[in-house]
Amino acid sequence: MIRTPAWKRYNWRVVRLSALYVVFLIGAVYGFKHQLVPGALKYFVAMLPALPIIGIFGAIGRYLIEEQDEYVRMLMVRQTLWASAFALSVATTWGFLDNFGLVGHADGYWIAILWFLGLGLGGIYNKLTLGDGGC
Amino acid sequence: MENRLRLLRAERNWSQQDLGQRLEVSRQSVNAIETGKYDPSLPLAFRIAELFGVPIEEIFVSPSSRSSKAI
Repeated sequence: MIRTPAWKRYNWRVVRLSALYVVFLIGAVYGFKHQLVPGALKYFVAMLPALPIIGIFGAIGRYLIEEQDEYVRMLMVRQTLWASAFALSVATTWGFLDNFGLVGHADGYWIAILWFLGLGLGGIYNKLTLGDGGC
Repeated sequence: MENRLRLLRAERNWSQQDLGQRLEVSRQSVNAIETGKYDPSLPLAFRIAELFGVPIEEIFVSPSSRSSKAI
């Protein structure tokens, strides 16, 4: 992990967005469980936990723009390519297995979880091939 | 890409960290360039050349010139 100024800003943004995610998720679950959310507002409340996750994707994009160290930026780009390839490959494979009735249906947000897992795999790949894990 | 960065740095008794600070990049970036794991962009290659006061081709060995010599 290479702690550049841009990385520190990115890390701080991710910490705040993660905290917001926990608050929104707990709030939404509580609201639905106790039937506190009326009518059309349900759509908005149900989407609330997704917003900080979308924010993290935005934070990664902003980090790639702000990172001045081109080598460190390349490490993150490689990680995001790994993440995308991994998440899309698993989602596609799972989709066909699901279509043929061989596995259960998975919730869509699992793709984001797979993407973040792929980000970690990309870091391992960077470490193995270049000796630096990246962010 | 093969280069003489480590040699030039050693001549000035700079650590990778020192060179990184002068170039405004991380120590890991300097290491990756020195070991040939990462080829710097043209702007960074110019910054390196200007820092050492030598032309780019005196630091970085053109892959095509290496292969033509081998022939």
